[in-house]
Formats: sequence, structure tokens, C-alpha cells
Amino acid sequence: MSSVHGVVVDDDGAARRAAWRASLAVGLAVSAYGVSFGALAVASGLDVWQACVLSLVMFSGGSQFALIGVLASGGTAAGPAAIAGATLLGVRNGLYAIRVSPIVGPGWAKRLLAGHLTIDESTAVATAQPTLSAQRIGFWATGAIIYVGWNLTTLLGALLGDLLGDVSAWGLDAAAAAAFLGLVWPRLRALQPVVVAIAAAVVCAVLIPVLPPGLPVLVAALVAVVVGVPNLFARSAPNKEGRP
Amino acid sequence: MTIWQIILLASIAVLAIKLLGYLVPPRVLQAPRAARTAELTTVALLSALIVVQTLGAGQALSLDARLPAVVVAAVLFALKVPFIVVIIAAAVIAAVLRMSGWG
Repeated sequence: MSSVHGVVVDDDGAARRAAWRASLAVGLAVSAYGVSFGALAVASGLDVWQACVLSLVMFSGGSQFALIGVLASGGTAAGPAAIAGATLLGVRNGLYAIRVSPIVGPGWAKRLLAGHLTIDESTAVATAQPTLSAQRIGFWATGAIIYVGWNLTTLLGALLGDLLGDVSAWGLDAAAAAAFLGLVWPRLRALQPVVVAIAAAVVCAVLIPVLPPGLPVLVAALVAVVVGVPNLFARSAPNKEGRP
Repeated sequence: MTIWQIILLASIAVLAIKLLGYLVPPRVLQAPRAARTAELTTVALLSALIVVQTLGAGQALSLDARLPAVVVAAVLFALKVPFIVVIIAAAVIAAVLRMSGWG
């Protein structure tokens, strides 16, 4: 990214500083929310070590919450459904990896480390930056800040959860629902994802009394295939005009 | 299955998917159907998880203090209130409703 033109270099300097600022803002905000994961993990029957291993190895908020959510309602009998739910939610990280792979660049050790840090936030901050060097800063800084912060706050939350006892009295079950809502909210900017969200919610609610814990979530995920493969509800306006 | 087995299997699966992505050439993302369906799968799963976490009570549905808390959280997200503030607000609302005997 070197350039003989001073102006371009200055622009890149400004872009790098902006990337650092974005990484810090996003990183600190997301890290704070690891407290609720740690507390809920303990409430779901995990011990402090198990909560910490999830944050250290799995390191993907949505999958982590999904896993402990299913374990909380179904216990270890729901293990296969819990694993399947967490894994399916992790599929998007694989897509992020494909996207940020050119930003990370070559070198297997670097790519291995980058793989571990490939999550919603590091991908979002990286791809929002205008230059390659700023994108690299956005990816690594956001990923590293959240990795350190998320693991520290998970430990803190797990220790707190041990002290709190009954989490429903503290409203932590509602906090987990709000956390899922916060993860899906930025994705609801078009008709298609809104239709999928509503349909999946209805399917899940209907199936909860019928199927064992964990399975309603997996069946509801099929709504995405039904809508996504034929690309239904892709654009509302042209469809209305196109059909007499 | 023990909890440790569940945790380790799921963690390895989620990590493996991230690493596999780095082995795939970027042009694969130009196939819009796969990318679109994967993104919609995330939306569907999260939406279903909201329902389980808000209405689920084992293998039954239950209307209790969680629902008003989640409705308020939705309003706060629409108002672009920061993530952590919304999470805390939802917890406080559910806790206060329960203290005042709302179940």
C-alpha cells in the first residue's frame, strides 16, 4: 500500500486510525456482554471451567448461547441437538473466513490464528474499512480485543453466576432472549430476512410442545432453505408490479 | 453424552468451520444461492432461539415476565440503544416484574 504521493499516504494514515477507533469501540462493547454468557452458562448447568473452555475454543457468541440454551432446557440428553444448533449457527463464520481470507493474506500460521478470530465483529469492522492496511488493523485489532475481553468477562460472569444462584430471579433468562434479538436485529434490513425470521419463530413456537428440546430450533432453520434456495421474497416492489 | 463431550465436540465443529473457510477460494462466494441461504439460516436460527428463550419452559410454552422484557428490548434496539444497555434493561424488567408477582 505504499505510495509516492503524500496525500494517499496521509489518507491511509487516517484510515488506519479510524480502523483502530472502530475496533476499540466494537471490541469493548461486545466484550462487556461476555458477562451475561458466563452467568447464563453456569445457570445452564456448566461449571466455571466449561464456560471458559467454550469462550476459549468455540469463541462465537451466537453458537455459545445456542449451546447453553439447549442444554438448559434439555440437559445432556439434548446434546446432539445442542451440538447441531451451535454448529449450524457457526456456518456463517465459514463464509466470513472466505471473505476476509484475502485481507489476512498468505502464511498458514497467520491464517490459523485468523481463523480462530473470524467472527461477526472482526469481519464487519474489517470489511467496512477503505484501505487494505486499515482492513488488516480492523480485523486483527477487533478480533484480539474481543478474544481477550470476551474470555475475561466470561470468567467474571461465570464466577458471578455461581454467587447469584437462581438466574431467573435476576432476569438473566430474559437477557439471553434479548441477546439473540440483538444478534438478529442488524440482519433484518430487507423483506426476505424479516419473512424468514417471522416464519422460523412461528414454526419453532408450534413445535416446542411437540418435539424434544433443541429440535424445534433445527427444524425452524429449514425455513431459510425453503425461502433462500428459490430466492422467495427477494424484492417486494418488482414482484408486486410484475404480477398482474 | 457428558457435558464435557458436548462442549468439546461443538467447539471443535465451530472452530473447524472457521478454518475450512480459509481453504475455500473467494470466488465461491459469487454463487449467490449458497451465500444467501447461509445468511438466512443464521436469521432463522436466531429467531427460533428468541422464541425458545422467551416462551419455552421445557417442552411447553409459557407467557411470563420474559415476554414484556423482550418486547421492550425490541423497542430499545429499534431506537439504536447500545447492545449491553438493552441486555441489562431486559434483565431488570423481567426481575422487577417477577418481584412484583408477575410470574
